[in-house]
Amino acid sequence: MRRVLPHPLIALFLLGAWLLLVESVSPGAVLLGGVLAAGGSWALASLAPPRARLRRLALAPGLLCDVLVEVLRSNYAVARIILSSTKGGARRSGFVRIRLDMRAPYGLAALACILTTTPGTVWVDYDSAEGTMLLHVLDLVDEAEWVRIVKERWERRLMEIFE
Amino acid sequence: MSALLLGWAVLLAQFLLVAAMGCAVVRLLRGPRAQDRVLALDTLYVIAAMLLLVFGIRTGSPHYFEAALLITLVGFVATAALSKFLMRGEVIE
Amino acid sequence: MTHAAELPAWAALSVAVLLLFGAGLALVGAVGLLRFGSFYERVHAPTLATTFGIGCVLVASMLFFSLVQSRFILHEVLIAVLVVITTPVTLMLLTRAALYRDRIEGREAVPPPPRSRR
Repeated sequence: MRRVLPHPLIALFLLGAWLLLVESVSPGAVLLGGVLAAGGSWALASLAPPRARLRRLALAPGLLCDVLVEVLRSNYAVARIILSSTKGGARRSGFVRIRLDMRAPYGLAALACILTTTPGTVWVDYDSAEGTMLLHVLDLVDEAEWVRIVKERWERRLMEIFE
Repeated sequence: MSALLLGWAVLLAQFLLVAAMGCAVVRLLRGPRAQDRVLALDTLYVIAAMLLLVFGIRTGSPHYFEAALLITLVGFVATAALSKFLMRGEVIE
Repeated sequence: MTHAAELPAWAALSVAVLLLFGAGLALVGAVGLLRFGSFYERVHAPTLATTFGIGCVLVASMLFFSLVQSRFILHEVLIAVLVVITTPVTLMLLTRAALYRDRIEGREAVPPPPRSRR
């Protein structure tokens, strides 16, 4: 299986994208999409990315739902900040350095995407020697609170999936 | 009835999006630094894609979808290249 | 808008609300881009447009075309996937470039690099 199709999940994703793009599931479209997907997965294999170990993929949909809820909540929070902010004001934004226990590269990538997609937080930098990340928070009230949110809400659950 | 309601909603949405584009253009011109301009340009790409989708609903033609897809793709590549340029002063090392 | 005449009222209403909500969010994000004082604050503003702003417009477009052409139109999902994947990448690249420049020029108060890279 691995020799014929090096990255089955990526190939499946490419096939799905192709079928959505041409808007048909006729045999011709599926055949051409299948060839393109196989070619894409071979091209990816020649780049030799580090292999992902997905230990418990079943936890991913729940996590995705929580991300959606969190994005909705912080959309509201950031919109309120923008519309109510007077120049200067009481709001303080700043950087937080957080020590992470996770080392899996794809888990870290997922954490970075979750934090950056959520309005109000941006993942800035990661230092692999120390295992610390730099986070910029728009409404920084309590640094310890943000450390707790990142570690409890996201990192622990991503570690269950990726490590 | 529903055509009238939708017509007004689409018109208002277009006004809101054009106003958003205006804000982004002001930031693009004012700067003050290069990274602010790149950020404004990136925002402009996203709003342009949204505006194209709204145009698609207004005209009922599915072709605007492809333009929106292309503009998101091109916007990503452009912003990534510009960020790379800000970091090192050259795009390809 | 003659092609929308046969649309049921509930569908027209939900498409209209989704469109206005998405466009409004984009405007709020752009206003934030204009009002915030420093670059690191401004980075947060466009995420309003790139998450639920464009999400609402995409759902509205899907709903509208599915009902008008009376078949499932799902290709807007492609734009959603593309935006979800690319936005964090561009924002991270841009913020890192800004941090790098600020550290070299020493202009704004930014945290120093970790000890291992100093």
